[in-house]
Amino acid sequence: MTTNVRSRWPGSVAALAAVLALSACGGGDPLAAPSEGAADPSAPIRIGADQFPENKLLAEIYGQALEAQDIPVEIVPPIQSREAYFPGLRDGSLDLVPEYTGVLLQFLDPEATEKSADEVYAALQEVIPEGLTLLERSDAENKDAVVVTQAFATENNVTTIGDLAPLCPQMIFGGPPEFQERPDGIPGIEATYGCTFAGYKSLDVGGPLTVAALRDGDVQAADLFTTDPTIEANGFVVLEDPLNNFAAQNVVPLINTAKATDQVKQIFNDISGKLTTQGLIDLNAELGAEDRPNPDVVAQEWLEANGLL
Amino acid sequence: MNAIVEWFTDPANWTGPDGVPTRLGEHLFYTLLALSIAALIAIPIGLWIGHTGRGGFAVVSLANSLRALPTFGVLVLLANSFGIGLAPPIVALVVLAIPPVLAGTYAGVQAVDRAIVDAARGMGMGEREILTRVELPNGLPLIIGGLRSATLQIIATATIAAYVALGGLGRYIIDGLSVRDFAEMAAGSILLALLAIVTDLVLAGLQRALVSPGLRPAQASRPRPRRLRAVA
Amino acid sequence: MNWGWIPRNLGLVAELTVEHSWLALLPLLLGLLISVPLAWLATRTPLARSVLVTATGLLYTVPSLALIVMLPLLLGLQILDPLNLVVALTIYTVALLVRSIADALDAVPSVVVAAATAMGYTPLRRFVAVEMPLAIPVTVAGLRVAAVSNMSLVTVGAIVGLGGLGLLFTDGFQRDIPAEIITGIVVVLVLALIVDALLLVVGRLITPWARTGQAAGRQR
Repeated sequence: MTTNVRSRWPGSVAALAAVLALSACGGGDPLAAPSEGAADPSAPIRIGADQFPENKLLAEIYGQALEAQDIPVEIVPPIQSREAYFPGLRDGSLDLVPEYTGVLLQFLDPEATEKSADEVYAALQEVIPEGLTLLERSDAENKDAVVVTQAFATENNVTTIGDLAPLCPQMIFGGPPEFQERPDGIPGIEATYGCTFAGYKSLDVGGPLTVAALRDGDVQAADLFTTDPTIEANGFVVLEDPLNNFAAQNVVPLINTAKATDQVKQIFNDISGKLTTQGLIDLNAELGAEDRPNPDVVAQEWLEANGLL
Repeated sequence: MNAIVEWFTDPANWTGPDGVPTRLGEHLFYTLLALSIAALIAIPIGLWIGHTGRGGFAVVSLANSLRALPTFGVLVLLANSFGIGLAPPIVALVVLAIPPVLAGTYAGVQAVDRAIVDAARGMGMGEREILTRVELPNGLPLIIGGLRSATLQIIATATIAAYVALGGLGRYIIDGLSVRDFAEMAAGSILLALLAIVTDLVLAGLQRALVSPGLRPAQASRPRPRRLRAVA
Repeated sequence: MNWGWIPRNLGLVAELTVEHSWLALLPLLLGLLISVPLAWLATRTPLARSVLVTATGLLYTVPSLALIVMLPLLLGLQILDPLNLVVALTIYTVALLVRSIADALDAVPSVVVAAATAMGYTPLRRFVAVEMPLAIPVTVAGLRVAAVSNMSLVTVGAIVGLGGLGLLFTDGFQRDIPAEIITGIVVVLVLALIVDALLLVVGRLITPWARTGQAAGRQR
């Protein structure tokens, strides 16, 4: 603490200065990666996840599959958003995250224009930072989507994001804070479909806040995930994206190269081979079942059902 | 560090729905709203309990155990049960602000010298008159002390409420975290610290200005009011 | 209400409870160790007292989420480092304790201090053996307040991705499991009450003279 302020200032001024000193020294960006991670191959594989149930479930599936082969793992508390956890991958505080190809590509290369699953995956391989390895992608896809209520869709006769354009200036859009700045987020919708919303409300990553805001009319359109069972449960309508504002978003493991032994790679390739889009939707529905089963149980059942455990 | 200075000097951060004036205004609005509702509920009850002496133990125990209540949990539970929007977080802020105001008011009235109250009664004052003209002004330092604690608590908790989609300065922290914009987070934190400190200084000044000068020497002999911890 | 969540997750709750307790109690200990010398300093000169009391008072008003976010910048730590939370809570503990202990030290009767001096106690020995023990009851009272608020404040760390029982709030909210949120609230409350009671008992045990004094007073 900076309480060693000795001067002829009155106490309160000195003390205020001490408090403000909190912001006046130190340095660097605490969210930035301090250095390349020099990982010890025998240390546990630290698995991170974004703060939404599907991602946490995938982390659990990865973790259990590794543990079944006696590879030590540690699942760290979920971290809100790629922008926050990606630096952890680079400084070695995380070794593995379940990723999605399209958003990851846009994150690493905001100029990227690839849209199809294979193109996106190939482009992604080019921009993965040194020290990290992208394993094989799965066919399972979970895309961001612009979603409206059934009533709104019917009343305004909209089926595609393009149909929204004339209405956008009267609409408030809701989504995670980062969607407002991502290239395929608000800027992308604006550039691709000429749709400029009247306002943006920061909510959560396809979670309860976003669902509630859309349902209660706090926002008129929202960013949700296509594998989210609450879309159907609430009778929301996913607007089509004919101009491919959202690139393909296949589930793919991103891992610290030092941890990617052949054994580890094989485990993940087996998992990715079994994951499908419908499989993700089913897994999410199971997680959201009335008794809210634990992700580890759902993960174990899935691994067993697919002969991976 | 330069990034934070740049954030503060960027005109874009001073206008629009994300601008500092809007966010600061929202934060002040939530604080005033919650504080007013809490005061309207807690001060009359505190005065009555302090005056009659009934239920004093219960109030003090309640205030103490509510201090252990995790405010973040309360906010999240209310948002989960009653949805988002203004009402659930404001209810949470009011619930958390009531104990310090109640305890402060009760303690303020309770601490008034019984000899003074007896003298007032001897002068022919009615109970209502004793409450409003003797106990209230005499208890004012502690009552305002309770309001000060409550205000800090509300400012801190309203920050956390950004997690459940409330506006205010906490948005800079939650949004900044999501987009890895540390300058935004740090700027929000600095604004919050300044808001809390300035508000507390203003209330401290108010405490001095409102208290009858006749009470000041007497105050020194009384035990110093222990301020309730802001727990958010 | 998904009460079935609780029996299925006792292991998780226990794990988070242990982590939570560490995050809340370590700052309490650190805060105490820092506060005693600072309080002593505050009783030595009026300037030190004025600066210390004002600085700690101001730090005390800084909202916790804001402090947790500012600290990594000051300390050069990663935002996900639990040390940020430990330092933030230590600051709150110090802010609370310095003033209480300084007041308690001032309240030691001057005749007691004079007697100790007359018996040949050096200032340091006098502080350790006479003044500080007499300040224990007030110090313990301050520690109890700090312990209770630390227990609650640790949960705020979950917002920025730190551990502890706050994770039950974020997860329970996202998955719409009210039972999980309520479990978190109740466990935090119970932890706070247990630590409060423990500190009360320890405070009594290490100040036996306070009890005999009371008993003697009653007999008279």
